[in-house]
Amino acid sequence: MSVALAQVGAIARRSVVRTSRQPASVIPPLVFPVALMAVNAGGLRASTKLPGFPTDSFLAFALAVPFIQGALFSTMNAGSDLARDIQTGFVNRLSLTALRDWALLVGQLAGVVVLGVVQVVFYIAVGLTAGVDFQSGAAGIAVLVFYGALVALSFGALGAWLAFRTGSGETIQALFPVLFVFLFISSMNTPRNLIGVDWFRIAATLNPVSYMLECVRSLIITGWDGQALALGFGFVILIGIVSMALASRALRARMTRT
Amino acid sequence: MSQPNGIEVEDLVREYRKGPRAVDGIDLSVAPGEIYGFLGPNGAGKSTTVHVLTTLLPPTSGTARVGGYDVVKDGPKVRGLIGVALQEAALDPLLTARDHLRLQATLQGVPKQERETRSDDLLVRVGLAEAADRKVAGYSGGMKRRLDLALALVHGPRVLFLDEPTTGLDPQSRTALWEEVARLRREDGVTVFLTTQYLEEADVLADRVGIIDRGTIVAEGTPADLKAEIGRPSVHAIPRRDDDRAGIAEFLARFGEPLDTTRDVAVRLRDGLGLTDIVRAVDADGIDVVDLELRAPTLDDVFLAKTGRTLEGATEEAETDHQGKRRR
Repeated sequence: MSVALAQVGAIARRSVVRTSRQPASVIPPLVFPVALMAVNAGGLRASTKLPGFPTDSFLAFALAVPFIQGALFSTMNAGSDLARDIQTGFVNRLSLTALRDWALLVGQLAGVVVLGVVQVVFYIAVGLTAGVDFQSGAAGIAVLVFYGALVALSFGALGAWLAFRTGSGETIQALFPVLFVFLFISSMNTPRNLIGVDWFRIAATLNPVSYMLECVRSLIITGWDGQALALGFGFVILIGIVSMALASRALRARMTRT
Repeated sequence: MSQPNGIEVEDLVREYRKGPRAVDGIDLSVAPGEIYGFLGPNGAGKSTTVHVLTTLLPPTSGTARVGGYDVVKDGPKVRGLIGVALQEAALDPLLTARDHLRLQATLQGVPKQERETRSDDLLVRVGLAEAADRKVAGYSGGMKRRLDLALALVHGPRVLFLDEPTTGLDPQSRTALWEEVARLRREDGVTVFLTTQYLEEADVLADRVGIIDRGTIVAEGTPADLKAEIGRPSVHAIPRRDDDRAGIAEFLARFGEPLDTTRDVAVRLRDGLGLTDIVRAVDADGIDVVDLELRAPTLDDVFLAKTGRTLEGATEEAETDHQGKRRR
């Protein structure tokens, strides 16, 4: 078991090291979501005047978005890196070692989780610096970090599945906008009960991303909301289980060693 | 059961779903501590054979044992005792040589306390100690190949597979790699299975050579035996004018069987004839040639004798065929 853990650690370390050596993989997931949040917080501040809007700080409301957007960036980067490993034969190199199949997947995802946690800590630091009052306190911040890790794990597994399935970085890049559609048709900028357009409200209600955003948002602007937490954690765990199962299956097909 | 470090292959077939048989029923045996050169043009089936022997591809039929273990039933055990440097070095451009060695040593289960010293030793051995902490992206082709070899050796393998290890290398890097491979066999007793399309490489390094063409082994033996099998030397004449080629070919045909060459006119001499016989006849008949050369048989002659093509021609043919398929 200690050998397997060492293997997981080595793969995770490589994932973190190679990402940290690519500014193009580190900076966009940190900067773009925060920049978008800043723009929205400025432009949509008037939304807080709507009757029933849950807070008078749009920044506090919008702070949930980088959590998901950053995770999507990392998913794409992790998936593209893995696909590149397949294309260049690096996965073949790994296949020729004593590496267990599952250790490759777990190690890869551990690397994504580490980077996901770094991102979440950065977003929280930005929020605190900008004066956001976290209603759930220090414990809530700890839960937010844990939730960020869980989102990174689930979305990372999705990226790994796409990589093992397609073996093509280009395909993953092409699928990235599709994943972003889920973010845009969610309660990203407006609470679901205040969305005026029927089809959009229905789409946002059916979209699991809305519940992830609301889970994060509840810890920031409401405090401890059991239902929001249950739905948020429930959906992310469900996505994680499905993605992990798909990724494990695709990995077995990809690593055809005897 | 094969010998501990040996390789035994019987009637091995590997068929791709939409292609021909890449490997078509080969038999071979490599003794422990032997360097076996697997020589053939591009697309002959060399790399597919290596992929099967290293457990990356299951065979369609037949059996293969490496170090006494069946490559299908005992994949993990086979992987534990082999080192492999595939045709593409497949290195991570963002990692350093030291990062690569640390990763590879961990994945191969090298004890933690040995990893650093093992890595340092290998870096020195392959001449990368000074570049050890530089990212691989800045390495030359030769440096990447040397790192690839170090990675294949990190866990002290008993059998080493090298798939075209010197393709694209400059002569100096090629010679350095040959010396290291020879040293591994001489000092560590490592069995080496080396694929190559370079005649010289097989000739210099290999104890025995298997020549593969279109998925089948067409000849096998020591380089000396294979050349002796062809036996007779060839004479090559370069005409002064292109118009003279036909006449010179006709003249030379009196001394042996014509050879299919492009640069000169050549014949494989009949038994008992030598260069002096031809020189006398050239003089007597007033044949005008720029150069006349006697050549001892090479592995290319062996290839030509067994397949009817030169190795170079077969490689070009394979490349043209490959490009044609890609266009289609």
